[in-house]
Amino acid sequence: MHESNVQAASTSAWGGGARPFSMGSKKLGMWLFIVSDTLTFASMLLAYSYERLCNPDWPRPFEFNPAILKGSGLTAILLASSLTMVFAVAAAARNNRKATVRWILATMVFGIAFVLLHMTEWFKLFSEGVTPWSNPWGVPLFGATFFGITGLHMLHVTIGVIYLGIMAAGFGTGHWSAEDVEVSGLYWHFVDLVWMFVFPMIYLMSVKI
Amino acid sequence: MSSDAHSSETHQTGTASLFVTVWVGLLFLTAVEVFLAYLEYMRLHPAQMLGLLVGLSVLKAGLIMSYFMHLKFEKFSLVLWLVPATIFCIMMIIIFFFPDSNRLLQMRLPH
Repeated sequence: MHESNVQAASTSAWGGGARPFSMGSKKLGMWLFIVSDTLTFASMLLAYSYERLCNPDWPRPFEFNPAILKGSGLTAILLASSLTMVFAVAAAARNNRKATVRWILATMVFGIAFVLLHMTEWFKLFSEGVTPWSNPWGVPLFGATFFGITGLHMLHVTIGVIYLGIMAAGFGTGHWSAEDVEVSGLYWHFVDLVWMFVFPMIYLMSVKI
Repeated sequence: MSSDAHSSETHQTGTASLFVTVWVGLLFLTAVEVFLAYLEYMRLHPAQMLGLLVGLSVLKAGLIMSYFMHLKFEKFSLVLWLVPATIFCIMMIIIFFFPDSNRLLQMRLPH
C-alpha cells in the first residue's frame, strides 16, 4: 500500500514525476516566455491604438509604393521564414541534421533580409525628418510609437537570428537536441505572429490616401 | 540523452502540404488586409478599420499558433492553460483603456 502510494506520487504531475502537458521543461518555459512577451507587445500596441484613435489628425505618411508594398514584402518574408522553420523542426524530429541546419540557415537568411529591408524604411523616415520625438506632420507620438514598436520587434528578430545561428551550429555538431530546435522554432514563430499585428496596426492604419 | 529520446520529446505533426496551405492562407489574409486599408475611400471610421484589421490579425495569429507552433497537436489542457489567461489579461487592458480614448476624442474642442 505504502509503496504504491510512493509510486503514484512520483509519477503524478504534482509529485514531479511526470512532465506537465507531456512536454519538456524548456518548451514549457518558452511558452511561458511567449505569454509574457505577448503581454508586452499587447500593451504597446494597445497604447498605440489609444493614441491613434484619440488623435483624428494622426499622420498618414505611408504611400502604397514603396511603404505598403515594402511592408507587405516584409510580411511575406517573415511568413516564408516561419515555413522554413517548420521544415527545420520537422527535419530535426527525423534527426536529419544536414537538412535541419539547411532549413535553419534559410530561416536566418529571411530574418536578415527582414531586418535589412526594414532598416531601409527607417532610414527613409529619418531622411524625411521623423524621429522618436518629432516629425514634420504634427502628432509627435507618431515617431515614438512607430520606432518603439517596430524597434522592439526588430530587436526580437535580430535576437532570433542569433538564437537560430547558435542552434544551427550546435545541432549540426550534436550539441543541441531536436527539442531545442523546436523551442527555438516557437520563439521564431512568435516573432512572426507579432508582425501580423504590427503591419496592419502601424502601417495599414496610416496609409496615405 | 540519446537521439531517439530527443526525437520522442518533439511534437512534430502535420504534413508539408498542410503547412504550405496554411502559409498561402496567411498570405491571402495579408492581401485582404491591404485591400481593406484602402477601403477607407468609403469613409470607414478608424475604430471600425482597427477592429477589422485586428480581427483578421487574430485569425492569422490563430493559424500560426495552431499549425506553425503546433498548439493544435499539443494536449488541449495546454491550450486551456495558456490562451484564456492571455486573453483575460489583454481584455482587462482593453476594458480599462479604450473607453477613455473615445472619451478624450469627444472632449476635443471643435476646430
